[in-house]
Amino acid sequence: MLVKFFFGLRAAGVPVSVTELLTLLEALRAEASGLSAQQFYFLARTCLVKDERHYDRFDRVFAEAFQGAERLFAELLAAQVPAEWLRGPAAGLLSQEDRRAIDSLGGWEKLIETLRERLREQKEAHHGGSKWIGTGGTSPFGSGGYHPEGVRFGETGARQRRAVKVWERREYRNFDDTVELGTRNMKLALRRLRKFAREGVADQLDLDGTIEATARNAGLLDVKLVPERRNAVKVLLFLDVGGSMDDHVRVCEEMFSAARCEFKHLEHFYFHNVPYEQVWKDNHRRACSAVGTLEVMRTYGHDYRVIFVGDATMSPYEIVQPGGSVEHWNGESGAVWVQRLCAAFPRLVWLNPEPEQRWQHIASVRILKELVGERMYPLNLQGLDSAITELRRTGQAPPRPHARDA
Amino acid sequence: MTRRFGGTDRYIATDDLMTAVNAAITLGRPLLIKGEPGTGKTQLAQEIARSLERPLYEWHIKSTSKAQQGLYEYDAVSRLRDSQLGEARVQDIANYIVKGKLWEAFESQVQPVLLIDEIDKADIEFPNDLLRELDRMEFYVYETRELVKARHRPIMLITSNNEKELPDAFLRRCFFHYIRFPDESTMRAIVQVHFPGLKRELLAEALRTFYEVRETPGLKKKPSTSELLDWIKLLLAEDIDPAVLRANEERKVLPALHGALLKNEQDVHLFEQLVFLHRRAR
Repeated sequence: MLVKFFFGLRAAGVPVSVTELLTLLEALRAEASGLSAQQFYFLARTCLVKDERHYDRFDRVFAEAFQGAERLFAELLAAQVPAEWLRGPAAGLLSQEDRRAIDSLGGWEKLIETLRERLREQKEAHHGGSKWIGTGGTSPFGSGGYHPEGVRFGETGARQRRAVKVWERREYRNFDDTVELGTRNMKLALRRLRKFAREGVADQLDLDGTIEATARNAGLLDVKLVPERRNAVKVLLFLDVGGSMDDHVRVCEEMFSAARCEFKHLEHFYFHNVPYEQVWKDNHRRACSAVGTLEVMRTYGHDYRVIFVGDATMSPYEIVQPGGSVEHWNGESGAVWVQRLCAAFPRLVWLNPEPEQRWQHIASVRILKELVGERMYPLNLQGLDSAITELRRTGQAPPRPHARDA
Repeated sequence: MTRRFGGTDRYIATDDLMTAVNAAITLGRPLLIKGEPGTGKTQLAQEIARSLERPLYEWHIKSTSKAQQGLYEYDAVSRLRDSQLGEARVQDIANYIVKGKLWEAFESQVQPVLLIDEIDKADIEFPNDLLRELDRMEFYVYETRELVKARHRPIMLITSNNEKELPDAFLRRCFFHYIRFPDESTMRAIVQVHFPGLKRELLAEALRTFYEVRETPGLKKKPSTSELLDWIKLLLAEDIDPAVLRANEERKVLPALHGALLKNEQDVHLFEQLVFLHRRAR
């Protein structure tokens, strides 16, 4: 059963390895915790999950794998079939618990049955909602609903006010990394892009170097200096503004402010829908802060990493047709410009705040995704993570998308 | 059988936390603790040491910390100086080996509690440099060619504020627990533990205001348990009437002594705006 559970976890994307499974078995053998379903849940979570973002997935798999299995815990006690993890010096404790468990078995089973039914009913009622099980529906079970009769026996008998079992409450939904993110999370993700290099004037004392040189010099001081460590990553950020992007203003702001803090060499430009021959530095002064896209390509070297942020949602003509722009007459199509940018900056990604599931239904998103060589990622923590991984890759040229127009 | 940790008179531990701590103690593995700032991660180690009556070794990590510093350091500079003065102790390199916290903990006569605080502050490679030490609880001193082994596997707690991702190989060796922000009844128990004689009325009002502040959307830094405790201490010191706290129920004024709860001028500003809006709406 545990092995099946283990593979269930892997399938759900919780990174568990054999080591952790063995650790869990070892912990069970060593009787590291009590024997109630809930304590088993806590123990399994402690051993198998190493990141709070995976708590929610763990809860889901746990609920699925051990659905109905809580009874096993009671039966194990009642039938006195102590598995290897029931053995040992807990004998005094055990007999007492046994007695109690046997006493309460009928009541417990019935209670759980009713509870489960109630939960099932409610799940159906909430069908389509994002919340799996609301706590409200189980209120008849109220305090002590989970376990009033004492099969659960930790050292502390306190606080048994659980109505829905802990793993079914899914309290950790917020930590799942497919949800939207705040600045701090973004900073963390962006931070992975940091690359330190010693640049500039050598003005710091290199203690280790000095000691080594002095030792080699038979004790005569030989001072060595090194330049300061600096974050050497250079980033160009292109932000889509206006139109359909209004829905995503907040997440883009966050992205922008996070990027601002993390990189010393950060330049940002705005564009509308697709970059054409001009982008601009300041959205309020579009006319006078415009910069030619060609000039951008000339000014910033190909070692700059480029991040586009845009929902890529528009009429396909705005991308593939010369003159397709909604704002002005563009001589060359957006696709041409995107291809030029891809060629000028080999390390480039597109972050899309639209949910990924919707992409395939929007023609313009599909086109742009192909244009940037499939390097389009959703603007959530996971997407940002893969985008950064892509940017870190030392740059060979991406697969060249075929030209869409003549 | 080893003794179990079950919270103390000063520290309320939830069931899941106790399970995690006891599992780590039983199997002798490091326990990695994460959680919002101010949820008592560091205090946990102190309380475990106190309740199990074990010595506590604390190793606080800074951005400049190196894994080697926890093991030992070779003070080459003073040896160099001594050699120029021609002192006799120069001959023995062991005189210049300075023991780190890990070494001290390994040498302890009884099983100690070792706290590695805020491991995420250090360089990304820091945890990787400690893999063998955590696994086997031993390390090698190259200068003196000596193997240092732990007499008793320390109860090891590691805290992290999530500023950096920790490497997988390191995580594999640890147990992990995330301290959730306490719900209202747990919080009530925590406050009671810290302020035993607190009037029920004041407690109810203070908690209500506190959770209200926490749930305000758009806060940059949500106040946490330690801030709540500070705030209650202030309320007691100033002898604030619960009625004053009730006045802000309708958001007419900022909560009394809000400086203990809101630590960021944008947050205070946000609150002032809310108060302003509510006044105008009436």
